[in-house]
Amino acid sequence: MISPRYHREVAQRYRLEAGKCKQCGNISFPPRLVCPKCKSKTFETVQLSREGKILTFTIIRVGPDKFSKETPYVVAIIELFEGRSSNDGVRLTAQITDCDVNKVEIGSKVKLVFRKIQDEGKSGLHCYGYKAVLI
Amino acid sequence: MIGIVGYGSYLPRYRIKVDLIAKQWGADPEAIKRGLMLYEKTVPGQDEDTITISVEAARYALQRARIDPQKIGAVYIGSESHPYAVKPSATILIDALGIGPHVHVASYEFACKAGTEAMYVAYSLVKAGEMEYALGIGADTSQGAPGDALEYSASAGGSAFIMGKEKVVAEILFTHSYTSDTPDFWRREHEFYPRHAGRFTGEPAYFKHIHNAGTSLLEKSGMQPKDFQFAVFHMPNGKFPQEAGKKLGFTKEQMEVGWISPWMGNTYSGSSPTGLSAVLDVAKPGDKIFMVSFGSGAGSDGFVYQVTDEIEIVRDLAPKLRDMLDNDKIYLDYGEYAKFRKKIILNE
Ligand SMILES: [Zn+2]
Repeated sequence: MISPRYHREVAQRYRLEAGKCKQCGNISFPPRLVCPKCKSKTFETVQLSREGKILTFTIIRVGPDKFSKETPYVVAIIELFEGRSSNDGVRLTAQITDCDVNKVEIGSKVKLVFRKIQDEGKSGLHCYGYKAVLI
Repeated sequence: MIGIVGYGSYLPRYRIKVDLIAKQWGADPEAIKRGLMLYEKTVPGQDEDTITISVEAARYALQRARIDPQKIGAVYIGSESHPYAVKPSATILIDALGIGPHVHVASYEFACKAGTEAMYVAYSLVKAGEMEYALGIGADTSQGAPGDALEYSASAGGSAFIMGKEKVVAEILFTHSYTSDTPDFWRREHEFYPRHAGRFTGEPAYFKHIHNAGTSLLEKSGMQPKDFQFAVFHMPNGKFPQEAGKKLGFTKEQMEVGWISPWMGNTYSGSSPTGLSAVLDVAKPGDKIFMVSFGSGAGSDGFVYQVTDEIEIVRDLAPKLRDMLDNDKIYLDYGEYAKFRKKIILNE
């Protein structure tokens, strides 16, 4: 049963809500209780930008049971552009969807979109979240 | 002034050509292309459904409207392919876009006209002064039974419209609806594919309802077809809307821009709303748009819009429909399409 956890994570999965440290400004995604940089425990909620670039990626050709019919697919580490120097953007892991897996490259620009991530069996919940598409 | 303050559309990137569907079932592709004026249709990705399509279309509508999502007082999604039988699609959409939780939501269902129902109710609530903004969406990932005539047209996509009073880009001047009990198309609870009664589909259903709604709308508005720059009709295929429009007195030129079904297919609840979106992408201030939807069962909703100066400001703030329709396509073969649409029986 994955729905209770999924439900708790809706703000980050649906709206890319992150925690920005009130003391040092470091952005944690997913949000944390303690800032990994300065150990402060006070955060403000910020929404991440939806565009970024691929830092590195892997092509999954043998997937876990749940995704075995969707192979091959790409999972990438993406650095988001946060309107600052693009080097210190927040990083997240996401599937690159709607693409020819052979056309994905390090440095490719991507945009985050709202997609179905998985189904909780035949009669359970649909679980949604972010994936990325090449732009 | 009350009308559309922001609009947005979303089409999946996948396509299948009508030729491949015809070949699969031993039909003559040329006859279908000529007869129905259909060439290819959109296909949703394996991770796309009515909710994800609605979210992306509404995100673009918000980009154009430039309003605080918290000010939206109602969200209605019209579709015949809501992912849940019980749980409104908009409950998920509001969380994705930062709308609510102080918001009224509902799912509408009326075959291909559920989208214009959502738009009509959203507009009416703003007009009644109940709220500042309301969002109406038409989106679908429709299914036609394999080998059935509907398989050539049933496609995926959607459009979203934020109704409001300020910075209106297209004022709604008149509306009119026409509804009757017509057994042309239906789907019983728990059935996967819809059924249709061939002899009811054309004249007694589509043409009768569009014509009656259209004629009454013209009377109500005191306008004539020549007063409009654009006309959009529900597009179950390429051929029907051209015939229905011609019968009402509209020309091919007036219908050209909103006539997207030959390359998009029938996006059901997202059909005429997406045609409207294509028109708004190019319309000039002062232009008048005539639009009539159709949903089997059966009914039609008609709208008369007048475009304002604001259109020039918002148009480029989100992707345009023609760009989504013409570019970045990924073509599928019939096997991939059957897999994507879950037409293949798999072991659990
Ligand atoms: Zn810190």
